[in-house]
Amino acid sequence: MLKENLVLIGNGMAGVRTLEELLKLAPDQYNITVFGEEPYGNYNRIMLSPVLASEKTIEQIMLNDEQWYVDNGITLHKGKKVEQINRARREVIATDGTVAKYDRLIIATGSLPFMLPLPGADKQGVIGFRDIKDVDAMLDAARRYKKAVVIGGGLLGLEAANGLIKQGMEVSVVHLLDTLMERQLDKPAALMLQKSLEERGMRFLMEHSTAEILGGERVTGLRFKNGSEVKADLVVMAVGIKPNIELGKSAGLHCERGIVVSDTMQTITDPKIYAIGECVQHRGIAYGLVAPLFEQAKVAANHLAKHGIARYQGTVTSTKLKVTGIELFSAGDFIGNDTTEDIVFKDAASGTYKKIVLQDNQIKGAVLYGDTVDGSWYFQLMKDGTDISAFRDTLLFGQAHLGDSGHNPETRVASLPDDAEICGCNGVCKGDIVKAITEKKLFTLDDVRAHTKASASCGSCTGLVESLLAHTVGGDYSKTPTSKPLCKCTDYTHDQVRGGILQHGLKTMQAVRDHFEWTTPDGCPSCRNSLNYYLLCAWPTEYVDDAQSRYINERAHGNIQKDGTYSVVPRMFGGMCTSDQLRAIADVADKFQVPTMKVTGGQRIDMFGIKKEQLPAMWKDLSAAGFVSGHAYGKAMRTVKTCVGSEWCRFGTQDSTGLGVKLEELTWGSWMPHKFKLAVSGCPRNCAEATIKDFGVVCVDSGYELHIGGNGGIKVRVTDLLSKVETEEQVLEYCGAFCQLYREDAHYLERTAPWVERVGLDKIKQALEDTANRKVLHERFLISQQPAQIDPWKQRAEGAEANEFTPILIEA
Amino acid sequence: MSKWIEVVELNKIPVLGSRLIKTREMDIAVFRGSDDQVYAIRDACPHKNGPLSQGIMHGTSVTCPLHNWKIDLTSGQALGPDEGCTNVFAVKVEAGKVYLNLD
Ligand SMILES: Cc1cc2nc3c(=O)[nH]c(=O)nc-3n(C[C@H](O)[C@H](O)[C@H](O)COP(=O)(O)OP(=O)(O)OC[C@H]3O[C@@H](n4cnc5c(N)ncnc54)[C@H](O)[C@@H]3O)c2cc1C
Ligand code: HEM
Ligand code: SF4
Ligand code: SF4
Ligand code: FES
Repeated sequence: MLKENLVLIGNGMAGVRTLEELLKLAPDQYNITVFGEEPYGNYNRIMLSPVLASEKTIEQIMLNDEQWYVDNGITLHKGKKVEQINRARREVIATDGTVAKYDRLIIATGSLPFMLPLPGADKQGVIGFRDIKDVDAMLDAARRYKKAVVIGGGLLGLEAANGLIKQGMEVSVVHLLDTLMERQLDKPAALMLQKSLEERGMRFLMEHSTAEILGGERVTGLRFKNGSEVKADLVVMAVGIKPNIELGKSAGLHCERGIVVSDTMQTITDPKIYAIGECVQHRGIAYGLVAPLFEQAKVAANHLAKHGIARYQGTVTSTKLKVTGIELFSAGDFIGNDTTEDIVFKDAASGTYKKIVLQDNQIKGAVLYGDTVDGSWYFQLMKDGTDISAFRDTLLFGQAHLGDSGHNPETRVASLPDDAEICGCNGVCKGDIVKAITEKKLFTLDDVRAHTKASASCGSCTGLVESLLAHTVGGDYSKTPTSKPLCKCTDYTHDQVRGGILQHGLKTMQAVRDHFEWTTPDGCPSCRNSLNYYLLCAWPTEYVDDAQSRYINERAHGNIQKDGTYSVVPRMFGGMCTSDQLRAIADVADKFQVPTMKVTGGQRIDMFGIKKEQLPAMWKDLSAAGFVSGHAYGKAMRTVKTCVGSEWCRFGTQDSTGLGVKLEELTWGSWMPHKFKLAVSGCPRNCAEATIKDFGVVCVDSGYELHIGGNGGIKVRVTDLLSKVETEEQVLEYCGAFCQLYREDAHYLERTAPWVERVGLDKIKQALEDTANRKVLHERFLISQQPAQIDPWKQRAEGAEANEFTPILIEA
Repeated sequence: MSKWIEVVELNKIPVLGSRLIKTREMDIAVFRGSDDQVYAIRDACPHKNGPLSQGIMHGTSVTCPLHNWKIDLTSGQALGPDEGCTNVFAVKVEAGKVYLNLD
């Protein structure tokens, strides 16, 4: 097939990020050509501030050198500005006459510093702060001149001023208003910032409005509207940016403040043309920070790769000031209004200020000054809309004060010594992580994991590592991409592989491995198990389960213990039992000399210490007494825990045990992406602890509350309310449909709790509240249950898989 | 003189799976690869004696069911970053039968 041509205009952060994302998804789909006005490869623009402050060199901030373009077969026209897009002929033309044809085009021309149209603004020594050229001009001025003025006391202006002071210049900052960084800070924080910058020698001309730039060929000073003057050999204008839309406009694309794009990042005028980055206006907003641009990049790449599933829906942004020694964080609506409340902490002596704005117990915005360790935590709570009433009292003290976070109160990432252990699982210290981030130029949590192993195991230190990452590279780190390759044998993600299985009717593991070009002949333990499950889920009545692609527990239908023996847990529906059943279990225990018995957390009876070769005989006896496998060993539906409910309990509102039994009859035997537990409580006292289960039912007078996504493991998560229904039939239908949605959508080994957090409760609610869809899901669940509810114990007691359980004895 | 003992028919070992062989002295796991190559290894992981016969086989190695160490079936060596070694034994297949040599 002939490859299509993709042209990128603008060799900056957003554009090249799009190419990187695209190469990950579809490395061979396009012939790619890049035009960049700047004469370099691609560099990390936000790190220009540390370069100016001599904390970094240009080499250190290069993201993709020219070799990268060569390695990826990309034609780079550096130092060439595109001056025309001919949409009719689908070609772009650069100032030097170079022409490139496109099938699809990406415009990522970024933005331009906004230069105030003052008299004298065209003099030598008046510059913006945008690219390497500007930094060179500032460094050059610092060597030859003394006095600098920065117009604009915002983020960019202060970073410029700080850098120039570091270069030995006398710097004054001119600001129109009476407080600095008014878009990011409230007054108290702004005053604290101003004070500490003054201590570093920065001078401020607040509430000054420039009237004219003085001088001959080169600037010598400024005159203000109030008549006063100040001397200056260098003037840096940092009063804002304007999206660079010239080219887009001249090509006839609809532009307002920026080039207007849809949720797929295509221009609304011409779907062959994508626009991305600071030159873009999406749902009315033109962004000026990298985090949103990186999200846009991901969406555009997804679309270019013809996956066509991603949508960009806007980004909530947060800011940090990259001035070494000054800690400052702000996000959201930090001013508040009549309907909001503030929680404020101020300690002028230690230079700490924190303000959190709340509305209906949710965080709407935050300003932190001096101590910003918890910035990313607040930001997460804000984006998630978490109800903080439970820990409102200690909110200001940060995440470390939450009892269950597992980190002690001293954990303050920024102030930790280098040898402080961050990742307890892999013994990785702060110093190692910071070093890896700076030396290897890591941006994402995944990169840090791969290079240092930090947070690669249990993940409970993920928050700390993210804080470190954010702290080390500024606002410019990307959150873990949600789409990781399924395993090391392939570049495709879980979702892509699952999609492919259905779309191309792949029905064996070999077919999947061939189709997706696996790099290993028979896969690895991680993909073998995943594929076996995905195929079983996709083709429940056709696919033949591969025992060798299951964990030993599922192959032997028991839980392997540390001495290699197994445990046996017969199913007791809803936790209910009869004296006959208990007697039968006791008889089996005696006959097989079970050394230990225990009642499990899921209201079942566990018999430990069984040798593998005894299992089939034991199952035979249990089977004869009417028991089936309890699946206590599987990535499968485990148990339905119940409380006594209305039959006996004086508080009970519904028959919780009866419903529990019905739920278990519906769901037992089902193979799932991970273990799956249910519970039914007879009233809101919730004795069956239904709100930490994958699917929990809490009975109330008027019906049943359905809760999902709970977890009682290493990391406790309380369920989200899915819906409230009136009849048992509805509970059963919702339950089946929810199980099937989870089975079909979650990644293998992803429990419902992280799954719900990944895909979002809304999506799950939507899928299940749509009656027709719910019925279809439930129907599919019932079909998958037909083969699944053939008792594996009974089959094996009758001789199936005998080899698995029979050792070979030899006389030697 | 080496002594070959017939242990099992090849087709009684699942592909990419194993059978457990009990001798008087020890347990041995016999694995069968996707190419019908056969490997014999002491059924004790160098880590904490986990039963390797119960693990998942891939390529020419097996992942221990207890703590996921990967053991090379040809040498008995644990694969990096872990370190350790368990015994391997000579095996051969003739006319569909697997023979083991314990010398
Ligand atoms: C000093 C500084 C500090 C910053 N600090 C932060 C921070 O801490 N956190 C944060 O999130 N963001 C920060 N930013 C903002 C961030 O750098 C930008 O949001 C980001 O770089 C925008 O990416 P982009 O690809 O849209 O534009 P750019 O990175 O500007 O890329 C656009 C490229 O297109 C080229 N170009 C333009 N027109 C043409 C044409 N016609 N033909 C060919 N090439 C063309 C330009 O030369 C440029 O190289 C900072 C910015 C600056 C300048
Ligand atoms: C207002 C608070 C509570 C009241 C009034 C209450 C009352 C009861 C009653 C009456 C029973 C039934 C006893 C029986 O006959 O078996 C019961 C059982 C139980 N309660 Fe509570 N309870 C309360 C809170 C809790 C909480 C908070 C938990 C756990 C987190 C809990 C856990 C249990 C458990 C596990 C059972 C046994 C259920 C079973 O297996 O049948 N209870 N409770
Ligand atoms: S949840 Fe309610 S109905 Fe069930 S045992 Fe507890 S108090 Fe009784
Ligand atoms: S809590 Fe730990 S020790 Fe106890 S059963 Fe679970 S894994 Fe084993
Ligand atoms: S016993 Fe094999 S990995 Fe621990």
